[in-house]
Amino acid sequence: MAEAIVVDDLVKTYPDVQAVDHVSFRVPAGTVFAFLGPNGAGKTTTTEILEGLRARTGGAVEVLGLDPWSEGRPLHRQIGVIPQDFRFFEKIRPREAIEYYGTLFGTRPDPAALLARVQLTDKAESRFDTLSGGQKQKLGLALSLVNDPKVCFLDEPTTGLDPQARRGIWEVIRGLRREGRTVFLTTHYLEEAEILADRVAIIHHGRIVADGSPAEIIQRLGGPARLRIDAGEDVASFLRARFPNEIHWQAGRVEIVLQTREDAIAILDALRASGLAWVSFSTERDTLEDVFVRLVGQMDDGVLKSANGRAPEVPA
Amino acid sequence: MNGARILADLKVTARGYLRNPIALFFSLVFPLILILLFGLIFAGSGSGPVTLYVQNFDHAANGTATPFSQAFLSDLNRTNLVSVDLVSPSVGNLSTWLGQNNNPVGLVIPAGFQASFLAHRPVNVTLFTNPQAASAAGSAYGAVAGVLNYLNLAAANGTAILGTTQYNVGSTIFTYIDYLVPGLIGFSILTSPMFSMVDVTSTYRKDGIFRQLSLTPLTRDEWLASRVLWYTMLTFLSAAIMLGFGVVVFGAHVILNVWLLPFLFAGPLLFVSLGMVAGSIARTPESAAVIGNVITFPMMFLAGTFFPVSDFGPGLQVVAKLLPLYYVIDGMNQAMLFQNFGRAFGDLLVVLGFAAVLFAAAVYLFRWKGE
Repeated sequence: MAEAIVVDDLVKTYPDVQAVDHVSFRVPAGTVFAFLGPNGAGKTTTTEILEGLRARTGGAVEVLGLDPWSEGRPLHRQIGVIPQDFRFFEKIRPREAIEYYGTLFGTRPDPAALLARVQLTDKAESRFDTLSGGQKQKLGLALSLVNDPKVCFLDEPTTGLDPQARRGIWEVIRGLRREGRTVFLTTHYLEEAEILADRVAIIHHGRIVADGSPAEIIQRLGGPARLRIDAGEDVASFLRARFPNEIHWQAGRVEIVLQTREDAIAILDALRASGLAWVSFSTERDTLEDVFVRLVGQMDDGVLKSANGRAPEVPA
Repeated sequence: MNGARILADLKVTARGYLRNPIALFFSLVFPLILILLFGLIFAGSGSGPVTLYVQNFDHAANGTATPFSQAFLSDLNRTNLVSVDLVSPSVGNLSTWLGQNNNPVGLVIPAGFQASFLAHRPVNVTLFTNPQAASAAGSAYGAVAGVLNYLNLAAANGTAILGTTQYNVGSTIFTYIDYLVPGLIGFSILTSPMFSMVDVTSTYRKDGIFRQLSLTPLTRDEWLASRVLWYTMLTFLSAAIMLGFGVVVFGAHVILNVWLLPFLFAGPLLFVSLGMVAGSIARTPESAAVIGNVITFPMMFLAGTFFPVSDFGPGLQVVAKLLPLYYVIDGMNQAMLFQNFGRAFGDLLVVLGFAAVLFAAAVYLFRWKGE
């Protein structure tokens, strides 16, 4: 599969800070790539370099085979961008905005179809300054599609949307992927990244600290699976006496850290044979959010700092 | 430069403007209100006749004014310097009455005025003037003294040897409204682009709209061209409205000629550029508004918008001549009132010079992309 985005050893330095510190990653064409990180990690700077809005200090960057800074104009005809907190001309109507973008790009978009795609049909003739935050964001998404882009940069496209609208945007993103477009997604919602993304990169202090599919990252960096049983403390005592696993009891719930999948079957068999009372059970794994919070937290606490004081890059 | 993109941006800008009541008010309605207010306030000022309040005590036996005093007042009216308005002798002391009614000039014709004239006995009329209204006082004195001299000569059966032939300077006798029309066109040329561009430049930057536009094929030059075109169109519309209003409502004596056109093109370019410079150097829209006001308001009052710069003191005249708007307004005055096209051309060169420097500064300071 060809690569839509190639970033090699990217560096961006400001007078007082190194915002991006030797970052490398690749985004295969036709995939959804989620770029995650806490505020100030270097996400926006990296994204703006990819969009051709900022010059880089060092390294190599290609989007669709073009250098975003020196070949911005031809690149911009092939990409769509929606910034976070999208703002536009206050008095324009969504239909007019799409027509305006169509003229700028020299395309003939169908405003009704585009607005339907982002669920904004009923606001086609409303003025921008009367739209809610979510509706403005939807218009931004519609505008980013006017030029039929090969790569879509979506910077926190669902921030501020209600759950139903958010799921609507997820459907649009899935649709973009189905159409073979590449989506570069920046989001604060880890659940969103886990659901939508083929690959994820986590950036912190300007460096990539994790890179891979959500499942790979969880597998590699997440904690072990856990069996949870809603039961009394007597069940916890019973299991501690028979199994070597780490077992906790708190507020009516027993939590057993599983070393293998078979542990769960053996524990449940023993519990059934004991005749002790229990209410329900479930198994749980770390989510991408759990991994993210733990990883970023450990780095901020210094747990993951290497001897030279730089954060380690977790191999994919 | 792509014409279709410029036109598309122009259309969006025009729609935004027409849907914004505040922008429309300040661009088109506010100058009209100003011309109406100033026109009404200063109607009759300038070189029009001064109202001369006259108390006539020279009555015939039947109680009516004597024929000679009536002829004297008719002669005063014919000078066109004064317009006689009779005040009843019952109001008492005329000087006191003038002061109480804030009227600057008055005349008392004494009893026996006609009889004294016919008997060739010296008699004086009394003229009251207010030193703070020197112009009105001068007109009234000139009219009264001139008519009295004529009557004295007639009484002596003399013939005037020395005389005067009067010609008007320029096309006509200019009144305040004549100066106000070009001044308020200059006001529109200044305020519409300045206030709007200061706001747009700073707000679009803060809201990331420039960043968004930079990701489309629209170039910075095309956006700038669209703005200059829009404000030029707005200036033409505003000038047409004010000229029409000034001429139809107040009878302004302005002469339309092609020399007005370059000022209507160069003026918006100048102030679009100045607005962009102000908006670009400001860190926030709030500070941009302050910078815009600091530049605009002194220029509005000192460049001859509301009052001729020649009425200012020497120091303020020097300050006025440092302001670009002065040359826009003076150029239009020279073109439309005095038809002094040489001086209008000189003003135009200065306006173009300011426009070139400010446009270069605006292009240098204006950030289209994020960096």
